[in-house]
Amino acid sequence: MAYFPKPAAGSWTENYPELGTGPVDYRDSIDPAFFEEEKEAIFRRSWLNVGRVERVPKVGSYFTKELAVVGTSLIIVRGKDKKVRAFHNVCRHRGNKLVWNDYPGEESAGTCRQFTCKYHAWRYGLDGELTFVQQEEEFFDLDKSRYGLKEVACDVWEGFVFVNLDPQESLLEHLGEVGKGLEGYPFHEMTEVYSYRAEVGSNWKLFIDAFAEFYHAPILHQKQAVKSEADKLANTGFEALHYELFGPHSMVSSWGGMAPPKDPSMVKPIERALRSGLFGPWDRPAIEGLDPLPPAINPSRHKSWGTDSFIIFPNFMLLVWAPGWYLTYNYWPTAVDRHVFEANLYFVPPRNARERLGQELATLTFKEYALQDGNTLEATQTMLNSRAVTEFPVNDQEILLRHLHRVARERVAEHRGEEARNAAAR
Amino acid sequence: MPLPAEFADLEPYADWALPTEPELYAKRLASSMEEMQAFYDAAFPRLEDAIAHIDGHPWDDLPDDARTLMHLMQGLIMASFPVEVWKQPRVPDSGAAYLDLVVEPVV
Repeated sequence: MAYFPKPAAGSWTENYPELGTGPVDYRDSIDPAFFEEEKEAIFRRSWLNVGRVERVPKVGSYFTKELAVVGTSLIIVRGKDKKVRAFHNVCRHRGNKLVWNDYPGEESAGTCRQFTCKYHAWRYGLDGELTFVQQEEEFFDLDKSRYGLKEVACDVWEGFVFVNLDPQESLLEHLGEVGKGLEGYPFHEMTEVYSYRAEVGSNWKLFIDAFAEFYHAPILHQKQAVKSEADKLANTGFEALHYELFGPHSMVSSWGGMAPPKDPSMVKPIERALRSGLFGPWDRPAIEGLDPLPPAINPSRHKSWGTDSFIIFPNFMLLVWAPGWYLTYNYWPTAVDRHVFEANLYFVPPRNARERLGQELATLTFKEYALQDGNTLEATQTMLNSRAVTEFPVNDQEILLRHLHRVARERVAEHRGEEARNAAAR
Repeated sequence: MPLPAEFADLEPYADWALPTEPELYAKRLASSMEEMQAFYDAAFPRLEDAIAHIDGHPWDDLPDDARTLMHLMQGLIMASFPVEVWKQPRVPDSGAAYLDLVVEPVV
């Protein structure tokens, strides 16, 4: 009982024959050796989103980012020339962590004219240059120009800041078609931010899986809707409007939103009162850029469109909602079976209490859903760890998971091949 | 800070006027369903009046009592989840999962 048309190939999955339709091997989410390879093959050489430019609004604004997956901490800072740069957070003198508050492992943020090491007061300019050495005359032929902070490739796309420890291509090349298709969305107008964080006991890919399919939504989140609506949703199941793969990236376009609903009794009293809910405030903000939308958003131009989810490989997701707001997910692995999950919700700043309470309701609703999503993950991880079952059938509405795991396996295999060739050459 | 005089009927629930989500979430988990139902029953019918009152002031320069009222309405949204749907303080099937709000625009 198809509600929305599928591609001529017969299914979304078969539209991309390289994906196959067989069961998916999930040992890539439990094998510590595979995780070690992912660090090198994926995280050390991919463009990684570390936040938005609004976090570094002025000259000297900075924040630090702990990247356990590549074993470093970075400083992201806006220089005097307004350029955003990234540096390894390490003092060139004897390796102390340069920027931190009370706890070296915790991220920090602020504004400064220069960075001063807590240990021996070596100082660095915002461009990373070493500008002051305590008791410089005690050193032996110290050429300060050779001891600037170690820079990391950093680039900005549509206000999103990305870093890359070992770039194989430019950020724009990496984002390719999907980046181009999203350009022009008014991300910069949506500066009212709510940031969530949790440490989750699962492989990083499992949480992307959870947010990359809505097959689960009518079941796992059944109790979130009013009873009659929940029954209807569970009977219908879920079908997306559109799926698309862009190299290592992908997207799912979904209907929904009910903003406003056809029948007010479909939603909870607080949603009726505040004209808001899971899909955000029903009334669109008065800004430019929402109509028409950039071509990658609501690609089927369906009138029932509710939200698009983009997976930007490897660990960044971008969700654009029909009523005019967006959210991001970042998944930062800390072990094969652990990661730090970050979610940021971005709205146009409210002009009054009514708008603010609508955003507040959308934000709290997001958390209720995410708690249910998050709670299944540890349960999945522990049972995958049992290896009692290693292969799983994945359906057509789960095409993005099939693709994600395939790209991860491919990247690891390519890297393995490279290493073998290098070893042979030595 | 007390509520505006015309919302004196909500004073018994003023302990829900908390400015941040972590405080409100903790309050929710520490409350009984009876307490949240009583708060909801008193505050929900005043939601429209409260919005009208707060929006009678410039949003970027709220007087303290209107700010307290705003926090109380944020508390109402928090309490609405257990009261309107869950019939328990915590979202079902969420077990030990947590999600901390670490940055938020505080009114």
